[in-house]
Amino acid sequence: MAFSSLNELLTRATTEQKKVYEIMLETEENQTGETRTQLMTKMAFQFDVMEEAVRKGTYTEVESKSGLTGGDGYRVQQYAERGHSFVAPETLTVIANALAVSEVNASMGRIVATPTAGSAGILPAVLVHCLDSGRFARNELVEALFTASALGLVIANSSSISGAEGGCQAEIGSATAMAAGTLVELAGGSPEQVGNAVGLAMKNSLGLVCDPVAGLVEIPCIIRNGLHALTAEAAADMALAGVKSIIPPDEVIKVMHEVGQNMPVSLRETGIGGLAGTPTGERIKKEIFGYSQRMEGISE
Amino acid sequence: MKYESAFEIIGPVMVGPSSSHTAGAVRIGNIARQLSEFEPAVVRFELMGSFAETYLGHGTDLALLAGVMGYTTFSDEVADAKKIAEERQLRYSFDTVPVGNFHPNSVRVILISEDNKELTLVASSLGGGKAEVQEIEKLPLKFTGEQPTLVFYHDDSIGFIADITLALTKRGYNIARFANERWNKGGKAISICVVDSVVSQSLLEEFNEEVPAITRSCFIQTV
Repeated sequence: MAFSSLNELLTRATTEQKKVYEIMLETEENQTGETRTQLMTKMAFQFDVMEEAVRKGTYTEVESKSGLTGGDGYRVQQYAERGHSFVAPETLTVIANALAVSEVNASMGRIVATPTAGSAGILPAVLVHCLDSGRFARNELVEALFTASALGLVIANSSSISGAEGGCQAEIGSATAMAAGTLVELAGGSPEQVGNAVGLAMKNSLGLVCDPVAGLVEIPCIIRNGLHALTAEAAADMALAGVKSIIPPDEVIKVMHEVGQNMPVSLRETGIGGLAGTPTGERIKKEIFGYSQRMEGISE
Repeated sequence: MKYESAFEIIGPVMVGPSSSHTAGAVRIGNIARQLSEFEPAVVRFELMGSFAETYLGHGTDLALLAGVMGYTTFSDEVADAKKIAEERQLRYSFDTVPVGNFHPNSVRVILISEDNKELTLVASSLGGGKAEVQEIEKLPLKFTGEQPTLVFYHDDSIGFIADITLALTKRGYNIARFANERWNKGGKAISICVVDSVVSQSLLEEFNEEVPAITRSCFIQTV
């Protein structure tokens, strides 16, 4: 059985003196009957796909299929390399990484849903950032994907990872929380600190509406991936510094679902309200799809 | 528990742009195809909620269509699904319909064969590429198809469950989940049986012979 509460998962990690990734690997072994080596190989493939997407979108200008967005991953990477940014240039590249993956997604390119396609930029961004820093080995980052999985399972099972159900907080918020907790474990933080990072990151994502312009996974999804990759790293650093999530992380996760349920349907991935409902949002929708939503279909 | 595996969170590896609207939709179409015993000549998709609002921008239409033609989340053909459907002379329609009290990303899939055989299925895309069947032929039967799943159409009769579980047990199959629904007492029924390993076509035929109440059985698993 998978995890439904962070407290249960992190208490186990503390009492058994194991990393979260080890507990997740053991659980997966028991459930699937596959060996640890098989599971690690499978996860290493997911990591390769993630890295490929990061490289593709930071080295080249990737255009979305609709032509609406693209090239921002490359643009931010180039700007960071010029070295005159407010955020430390090497930190800024995590934003470029996340924009890159999201742009590859919008181009109908190959990505890994982490936990969803709309939020697929964040986790690859921070992990590839870790790889490029030289501080962590590739193998450790593949292990870290099991940490992220365990945290994601808790969120998915006790709250939601569906934008249509919970708004963008369920996608971007979940990805940010997963990434923050994962980074803390990678850096050698305690299970309690992992929980705090999840709580801090999720708190900062509460209320995030899912309002894709023209219903496409582009505006504002791509930008949110970029900025929240940085939020994930900041939340990890705060937790490692000793900042606590006073509201227990499990309660923060649960309330995310409640906030989602209280959101109007127009702000839950329907492409009606929020940015999608602005005059420009409406105009873009008309330009792409024409006046009628039901323009296509019957070829009988 | 809705989600069990690490790879449901870190995965699937997929072609964008949306896990719930593209990958999940391919899986829904694919389950419908695996469940039908015939080659569909007409497919009707009734979309509700977020599916209905955004299916064009997300390629949900292409994804569902690709799924019913047997393609998977990995298939490059997803983007060309409409062209392929035309080549195969598969007629299709997408309509916005209040399907019912389901998850916002839900669709009713109706497959119809040339000689008017029909299969109706309601399924939801729960997020992250996960698909879940909600109803088969209006019976509330839930499964995801991620684990090997057997679907038996049968007569509601005393001993059916005992017979089928015995037939599975004898062959070393462990049952992870079993669900059974019927239209009425002594009438037609459907059972869902999730097992831990793959079941071959020849074994399905053995079940059909061994358990006379079965009228049809099929094996479903999505990738």
